[in-house]
Parts: sequence; C-alpha cells; structure tokens
Amino acid sequence: MARDSQAALVALNRFGFGARGGASGDVLDAASDPRGFVKAELGRPNRVLLEVPGLQSTPALGKAVFDYQFEIQQAREAAKSAAPPAAGEGASPRLEAKGQRRNLSLNGIAMEMAPKESPREPQAKPAENPGAMAPAEAMQPNAPKPAPQPLNIIQKTFRAEALARLQRAVIADGGFAERLVVFWSNHFCISANKGGPARMWAGSFEREAIRPHVLGRFADMLKAVEQHPAMLFFLDNQQSLGPDSRAGKNRNRGLNENLAREILELHTLGVGGGYSQDDVTSLANVITGWTYAGRLGQLGAPGTFVFNANAHQPGAQRVMGKVYDAGGVAQGEAVLADIARHPSTAKFIAGKFARHFVSDDPPAALVARLADVFTKTGGDLKALALALVDSDEAWSAPLSKIRSPYEFLVAAGRLLAQVPNNPNLYLAGLRALGQPLWSPAGPNGFPDSNAAWLAPEGMKLRLDISTQIASRLAEGVDPRDLLELAAADTASVETRRTVERAESRQQALALLLMSPEFQRR
Amino acid sequence: METRMGCCEDMRSLPTTRRALLLGGASFAAWAYLPKFARAADGRDPRLVLVILRGALDGLATIAPTADPDYAGLHGAIALSTSGPNAALPLDNFFSLHPAMPEFSRMYREKKAAVIHAVATPYRDRSHFDGQDVLESGFAGPGRVQSGWLNRALEGLPKGERVASGLAVGPITPLVLRGAAPTVGWAPLALPQASEDTAMRLLDLYQHRDAALGSALKQGIAFDKAAQGDDMKPKPGTGGVAAMRLAARGAARLMAADNGPRIGALAFDGWDTHANEGGPIGRLAQLLGGLDGALAEFETALGPRWRDTVIVVATEFGRTARINGTQGTDHGTGTVALLAGGAVNGGRVIADWPGLKPASLHQGRDLAPTTDLRAVMKGVLKDQFGLAEKVLAESVFPESAKVKPMHGLVA
Repeated sequence: MARDSQAALVALNRFGFGARGGASGDVLDAASDPRGFVKAELGRPNRVLLEVPGLQSTPALGKAVFDYQFEIQQAREAAKSAAPPAAGEGASPRLEAKGQRRNLSLNGIAMEMAPKESPREPQAKPAENPGAMAPAEAMQPNAPKPAPQPLNIIQKTFRAEALARLQRAVIADGGFAERLVVFWSNHFCISANKGGPARMWAGSFEREAIRPHVLGRFADMLKAVEQHPAMLFFLDNQQSLGPDSRAGKNRNRGLNENLAREILELHTLGVGGGYSQDDVTSLANVITGWTYAGRLGQLGAPGTFVFNANAHQPGAQRVMGKVYDAGGVAQGEAVLADIARHPSTAKFIAGKFARHFVSDDPPAALVARLADVFTKTGGDLKALALALVDSDEAWSAPLSKIRSPYEFLVAAGRLLAQVPNNPNLYLAGLRALGQPLWSPAGPNGFPDSNAAWLAPEGMKLRLDISTQIASRLAEGVDPRDLLELAAADTASVETRRTVERAESRQQALALLLMSPEFQRR
Repeated sequence: METRMGCCEDMRSLPTTRRALLLGGASFAAWAYLPKFARAADGRDPRLVLVILRGALDGLATIAPTADPDYAGLHGAIALSTSGPNAALPLDNFFSLHPAMPEFSRMYREKKAAVIHAVATPYRDRSHFDGQDVLESGFAGPGRVQSGWLNRALEGLPKGERVASGLAVGPITPLVLRGAAPTVGWAPLALPQASEDTAMRLLDLYQHRDAALGSALKQGIAFDKAAQGDDMKPKPGTGGVAAMRLAARGAARLMAADNGPRIGALAFDGWDTHANEGGPIGRLAQLLGGLDGALAEFETALGPRWRDTVIVVATEFGRTARINGTQGTDHGTGTVALLAGGAVNGGRVIADWPGLKPASLHQGRDLAPTTDLRAVMKGVLKDQFGLAEKVLAESVFPESAKVKPMHGLVA
C-alpha cells in the first residue's frame, strides 16, 4: 500500500493539482492505478476545452473593448475641449490604491475560499440572520468608505474568465489536463498588463489558441497562438510594417521584430537553437501584415485575425537556411510549420516540459526520450504527455519541486472542497505571491523553478496566507482527516505529529497547508 | 505593514463596514421594541462573555496552589512563589494568582472575580481538537454535533425575551456559538498573520523534513521582522497580547449598546506551552498579561453594563502537573476556569482540591478534575438568564442531568 500511496501522490501532485477533499476518494482512486488515473483525463479531449455560458469569443470581446476604449477617449476629449484640465478628474477609472494591495491580497484568499462571506468586506461577517444585526453607536466609523467603483467591461470580463479557469481547476478530477493547459498557456504567455485588449483577451486567448491543441499538435497551437489577436497585440505585431510594403512606404514606420524574436527564442527553437539575427529579421518580415481588425472593421470583423497585404513585406525570405517564396499569409504559416518540427524545438520543448513536471534538473535520458517522441509524432502533444506519464523517471524522481503559487492556492481550494464563486481573492493571493494570473512580467512567462518560488518572502507570505485560510475554514474540518486525504500513509511521522499536536484546528490546518507534503510536488 | 498597524490604531473607531452598518440600519426598526430581555423585576440586563483559551491553559501556573506541599517540586523551575521578586499574588491562604494578572487580582479583591479550580470538561483524552470540540459543543464526547452550547442556550431563552443574537468575535464563528440561533460576527480589522508559535512549529517540522523550505522561511520571517522595524510592536492576529485587548475592546463596545448582543464568544490562541513556558515572567506570563488586559478592556468598555456582566474564561483541558524536560508542560486534564465581571459573586477560589500527591494525580500525571466545567457553565446560565435546569440538562448540555448547576456564582 505504501508504494501505491507514493504513486498516488505523484499522480495527484506531480501531474495534477492535488487531492480533492470532501468524499472524492482521489487518493484511493489514484493508488489503485496511478498511471491510469493520470491518463484517464487525456482520453476525453473535450475536457481541456472550457466552454462556459457567458464567456465570449475573441472578436466579440474585441468589439466590446474597442467600443469601450473609444467611448472613454471621446469622453476625455469632450472634457478637454469643454474645460481646462482639472487634476484628479480623468475619465479612466482607477480602482486600486497601490499601497493597500498586498494587505488586501493577504486577506483575500481565505475570504474567497470561505463561502457565505462577503468578498468586498473582509472584516465583516454577514449575520447568519441579517435582521438580527444590532447596530451599536460604537460601530459608526469616522468616515464612510467610498462606494466601490463599478467594474468596467474589461475588469468584468477578466474576472469571469479567471473564475471559469479557477473553478475548472478546483473541480477537475486529478487536474493533469488543466496542468497541461497552464503549462502551455505559460509557454505561450501573453500579459494582461499590456493594455485593455490584452486583459480583455487573456482568457479567450487561452480558450481558443491553447486549449484546443493541448492534446493536439504543437504546430497547430503555434499557428493559433501567433495568429491570435492577443499575441499580436502583446508583442506589437499589429504595428509592424514591411519596409517595402505599401503602408511602410506611405508611413514613417517599419518593422517591429518583437513577435518574430520571441517566436524563435521563446516559443520554438529556444536560446541557442541555431537562429541568427538575420533569421529574426527575416521572420519579422515574413509575418508583417499579421494583425487583427480594429474597431471600424476596415480589414474584417473587429477583433478577428486578418492578413493585411498592404503592410506585408513583399518578396521571398530566407529563414533558418530555407528560402520561402512570397505567398501572403501562407509564407509565414510555412515558416511556422517548419520551425515547429525543427530539432531545436523538440529539444527545447522536451526540456521545458520535463523541468516543469519532474524536476528543475530533469534526467537527460528523459528529456531525450521526450524530444524523440515529439519529433517522431510530428509534435503530437498528447503523445508527449503520455510519454511523460509512461516514463519511469516521472514516477521515481522525488517530489522536489515546490508548488507554484497558482498550484498551491488551487490545491488548497481542492483539499478544502471550496469551489470559488468569486475570483477576486484568488487573484489577490496570486498577486501577493508573485504570480498574478495571466500577467507575467515578460514574454518568457512565469519562472518554473524552486529558485523562484522557494524565496524567503514568498514562504513567509505562504505561511500568512495559510494561516488566513485556516482561520476561516478550519472549523468543521478535522485537519487529521485532511492530511489523510492529502497524503494518505505517505505523510511523514513528523508532519503527522505536527498536525496532531497543533493547539487548534486553525493552527493544524495552516501547518498542514505548509507541510512539505503539501508544498512539494 | 503600515496599513495594518494603522488599522489597529484606528480601532478606537471600531471599524465596521458599510455593509454591516446597512444591515444594522435595516434591522434597527425591527428591534426597536427590544430589549425585553432585561429582567423586569430587578432591572438587570445581563451580559455573558465566553473567552476560550485554545491550546490548554496551565491552571497550576495561573492559579498556583502555593501552599500545596507538592506544587513547587512538580512545577520545578517555573513554579510561582509568594515571596521574592515577581511574587505571585495571594488569593487566599492556599492559592496565589500569577503576577501577570494585576487587574484580575483587583477584581478578585473587589469580589468581582472568582476562580474554579481542578475543573475539566468530561473529555479525558489529550487531543486539542477533540478537547475543544467537547468544550464548545457541550456534548460529553467529541465529533457529535455541529452546534455549540452557547447557541443552544440562546435558543433556549424564553420566547419573547430574545437577546439580539450572539456575538462571535473573530473571522469565523467558533463552534460554541454555531447553531440555529442567529449570531453576528465581528473581527478586528487587523489581518491575521501567522503567529510566532505557528512559525516555530513549522520551522521545527522543516528542520526534520525539508531543510530548504526551512531556511527560506526562516529568512522570510527575519525579513518581515526587519520590515516591521520593531518586533515588540503589537502584532495583529489572534495570538498577540495587543490583539487580545483589541478584540476585547471591540466586543465590549458592541455588547455595551442597549440593543447590542447580550452573549458573546471569543477565542485566544497560543496556550499550548510545551516548552519554555516561563514562570512569573516568560511566555505564559505574556499571554496571561494579554488576558488580564482583555478583562480590563471589557470592564472599561462595557461601562454601566459591566455591573450585569459575567465573563467566563475556559480552556479545553489542563497541563501536566510536573514540568517536562523542556521547561514546559504537556497535555493534562484538570485546570482552572475564571469568572470576572460585575455580576460575579467573587472573591473566592472554588475548589474541591484533590491534592498533588502522586496517587492523587489523574493517571499519575495531571491535576485530577473534581468539578465538571459544565456545572460552572450551567450555574452561570441559570443565574444570569434564568434558563431552566431541564433545558440546561437536555438541550444545552445534553445528557448532563447528573451535573447540577453550581449555585451562587452570580451575585
């Protein structure tokens, strides 16, 4: 049994988001057939799609955000022409006071996870019978709090997308499919911080460009990503003009290499993957004209990918030693198709994949095998995932990686059987712990190493957040049972003792959430 | 961090929220005919506060049997003494109070505070969770029910004489107040941070199991302290001494209102003193000082209502009579309950003292319980609120008919 439990932990923690609480029986299920448990989720391709009522397509969201920004701009200009500018009366709403962010976020998590609590008012607990609440004179605050600003369309959309993703992660069987989504989404990351459209599209980008291909082909994902308006906006390709294109000659603007460079460096070949600056420039030329239609829809329906021949650099281009004849959008698609199956890409992806799931320093043999599978299957990502599950290394390597903040918070939500009905406090917690959802600092995504997440301040914050989660949710649960659910008989004697000897349920739960068994995967 | 400190200082204004005020405003009219709970006969409008000390209070260190010949030997280096520096405060010619509790001492002299010694719930094992479950559920064993005896006491009040609900202080409603009767919650604005005790326990675990996590956390805590500038500043949360006062002050203000809750419950953490418990000064002394301060806050902030108030301080079980190898005490059985408040018939230590001879100790290690804590609770509920003995024996503390309410605890 001990051996099976250990494998169950690998199945649940290394590959998934951890055991669910309640009566899920995840550990038992995983222990009876660990590999089968992990693979089961890959047998249902629909499982990686996220189709939730209310979530809209990228074009629909694009239209909404363009219209919204247009209105704001109109209002601003009207105000400007009507009166001299007055300080502090800008038309764009600012929601968060910077100095309070961290505290809000610290408070947040537990609030979010606790049902029936009012997320906006972390200090007040709604009365079980509100009618019985008695006001006391002493309760009058000195100054009433300002009413919260209503959310704008961008914020509403972002939160709805975040909520759908969080809910899926918390309820997913083991979570391997969702972990794959998160991996690929981070590999091909955009950042919502880029601006309104990026925030608006952060969720739809993942739903449309990542999820459909997580169990499909790498080349298809690559194409979907590089042609998605969110990526084109994030890496400025909608501004890039072929120097000799009609638009380039008419205007005083030209090539922007941003997207082309990241395609080669971050999305496919990797640093040292054999490309040169010339290749970057050539690829940048190749993908000029890859853009999306704007508000007025001159090039197509607003918010859809379009190829703008007017901005495209004419002529043949040489990329990685191969000449690609002129051919409009097909020229770039041909380049992408080729670099998707380049050996450097296979190596780069295999290494990153193994590093994410197995260890910061994965066994070379495993990486080589994964690269081989990637190459032989023509970049079949389901085959890649199955090869990882079938490898012995993935099951024998110690659970040495620390959970990322996202994995940690989702795992806590799962263990405590708290399906969020509001994402704000998860979002705040992720911000506090340095992994704001869909908002990495750069196009290289969030780091994926113990060096990044096992930082001193991060650990202290994790402890505080665990304490807050526990202070709200420990009542009514037995931390000893939860430890059983989370780690079964693999829990160390010391962890068991630490949880059992805690002086309160709250303390026990906080310690459980911070235990190596819960933090490592 | 600054925001947090600011919050604490703002406690004067009892920062409630717009939402709470709105709720309150809406209910104002509905409760305008209240309170009819006051006992018309003598004009009393009683209040009851339950303070739970989570972690198991060392009763022998709080109220020391300084005249018991075996006490000093058992409690060893941390034993209190009636002489010397930091001498314990004599309560009678047998028991002495921990010197960190001067306010309680004054209340005792004013006959507004009392001690019940060698007391315990019916629970006889040594798990904190289960012990707290028994303490709060009011049942004879753990895990029986998801409601608490204080809530069931609210339910048991005569119809038409409803109190304006129970007040739960802290981010969650403690089990003792959970149940069908309405309760309201209030928590100090301060965000709970992990207590030092929790951090120490975790570091200890990491030391054995995960050195990398340990060294990161250790540094993180050090950074945090440096960032806060001064580790002696009051820390928000439920464990700190300052936080105890804040919670008490806030609760007292709410309960002082004419239409405020008449029954409240709060819990303080950190009493699990396995190591370096300290004697007249030290870790336990600090905590007791915080508790003492909280009692004083209640006295001040309840104003005229203090006269009608009983505060009961209780814990899940006691600690070993003999200190362990790390200058602390392990989980035990018999301990103390404290009563304070203007309505308390005080100035007494109530104890059927079992003695501390080896043969007298429960299982050869703990102060033997001679009083059932439920008798104390029943006595207070009966005298404060006129709850019938039958209700107390059947619904508030089920199957406790044999445990008679203690008489005369309320003046």
